[in-house]
Amino acid sequence: MLGFVIQRFLQAVLVMVAMSVIVFAGVHAVGNPVDIVIPPDATQDIREEAIRRLGLDRPLWEQYLIFAGNLLEGDFGRSFVYNVPVLELIAGRLPATLELVLISVISATILGVALGVYAGYRPEGWLARTIMAVSVLGFSVPSFWVGLILILTFAVSLGWLPAGGRGETVEILGVPWSFVTLDGLAHIVLPAVNLALFKLAMMIRLARAGTREIMLTDTIKFARAAGIPEGTILRRHLLKLISIPIITVFGLELGSTLAFAVVTETIFSWPGVGKLIIDSIAVLDRPVMVAYLILVAFLFVSINFVIDLLFALIDPRIRARRTA
Amino acid sequence: MSAARAARFWAEFAENRVAVVALVVVVAMALLALLAPWISPQDPYDLSRLSLMDARRPPGFVGSGGYVHLLGTDPQGRDLLSAIFHGLRISIQIGLAAGAVALTLGAALGIFAANAGGRTEAVLMRIIDLQLSFPAILLALVLVALLGQGKAQLIAALVAAQYAYFARTAYGAATAERRKDYIEAALATPLPAWRVVLRHLLPNCMPPLIVVATVQIANSISLEATLSFLGLGLPVTEPSLGMLIANGFPYMMSGRTWISVYPGIALIILIVAINIVGDQVRDQLNPRLRR
Repeated sequence: MLGFVIQRFLQAVLVMVAMSVIVFAGVHAVGNPVDIVIPPDATQDIREEAIRRLGLDRPLWEQYLIFAGNLLEGDFGRSFVYNVPVLELIAGRLPATLELVLISVISATILGVALGVYAGYRPEGWLARTIMAVSVLGFSVPSFWVGLILILTFAVSLGWLPAGGRGETVEILGVPWSFVTLDGLAHIVLPAVNLALFKLAMMIRLARAGTREIMLTDTIKFARAAGIPEGTILRRHLLKLISIPIITVFGLELGSTLAFAVVTETIFSWPGVGKLIIDSIAVLDRPVMVAYLILVAFLFVSINFVIDLLFALIDPRIRARRTA
Repeated sequence: MSAARAARFWAEFAENRVAVVALVVVVAMALLALLAPWISPQDPYDLSRLSLMDARRPPGFVGSGGYVHLLGTDPQGRDLLSAIFHGLRISIQIGLAAGAVALTLGAALGIFAANAGGRTEAVLMRIIDLQLSFPAILLALVLVALLGQGKAQLIAALVAAQYAYFARTAYGAATAERRKDYIEAALATPLPAWRVVLRHLLPNCMPPLIVVATVQIANSISLEATLSFLGLGLPVTEPSLGMLIANGFPYMMSGRTWISVYPGIALIILIVAINIVGDQVRDQLNPRLRR
């Protein structure tokens, strides 16, 4: 087991190094950042001074080594545009994104499991068919279009909910949060619904497939034969059995929703990390782009690493196989 | 596929009326896209023909061109119907191109991995699995940002975001087929191995790949629209459906909803129709659901 852990850990490190090289090299291929930080009418001296200050006069490999060394010390550089440390910038935006993602994924899971279990329990009913039809739409309609329609309906036509921003926030432990005020809650509803719809469709399908499978197993047959009421069977046995894949997917989806929030945040002007990265791409704020990509890659590599270990703990065959 | 099998396949397909309607819609939209330069009332890319006097007019407005703008005009004064036809053209073009390249690349990689075996197989599939766990939208976003704007760059980004799905599918199909006797027998003949792979293995891996291809073409179109909406897709001079929607977005708050809504409806109909056709083909090709 220890050998397996070490091997997977080295793999994860290797992937991170590869990612950092790719990201660094790739980001270097775009535009010249000097033009962003200095005014167009600057003299040649100012220009060269800026190039030296940003370290852009050194060879690429040296820039990379400096960059990688700084990363290991937790120094992601300073934003060209905001002129503050990138990590600070991202950390400042993170609560908004986390708040949105958590509310979306949790509500999508709870609602999705309820609807999915129902659709799997009575697969022939009209309600189950409606649920499934809606879930197909949730899968195929692009998320940005759903966001647009939500704004059009609830913000423009009906005027019930605000279309953008975070609304009133309250600071808890020095971090502003929206969900504690009524105004903040009103602002979070539309983006959360937008972000949750795709996850909802997926959770419905997952819960439905699990329910259909498990309702045919001996466990349920014996429970019924023992005279346990249907409600108890569903709550005690079915829910427990379908929860394993759902928890796995929940974990995986947290990461991908964090990434997907880019679209939702842009539509609803939600001041999170996703909006930050889109804005940074537009103005070629290199350090922010690099830091965001490295952090997301780190997040995914970590999630994969943990999942590999968990699966290896559960299934000894994976440990034995020791793939390269 | 022989003619008799094709006929049987079609008969089964025709049983699902929704799928038939969806197929008709897909074909019709493809035709509109193909014929766009001839059936559009206006050439939306010819900037000299556009007049800002005509900008943001509601559906039914008679512009300076002297004809009715059935779906209104966009912020640049383009006839929206013409812009949608041309937008469809670009969206479908990009979807097909990205799908075809991703299919070729992914299938080649998957089948190669399945045949290579050993360390090569393990490393390749590990990379592909890792990439599959990474959200496609983010990958495409980053690549477009890195490569810059343009059709070729956009297609490259979409391919990079999607080839792994094809590789996984091809790999799964190829490992299953490889164990079968007909491949063993063919490999025992003096024919070169690449010939066996091309003539015998590849055709039998096609059904699942075709299913993935339909879904991925719809996904490419949707992804391209999303990127264009975020302002990272194509140059403004050749607006795809996503960019038309983005162009109208700022005017939605003031009630000029048609600029975004009509291109959006075209996009949704296209994507949903392709998905319905893909679902039906998948059900027909899935041996577990066979009657």
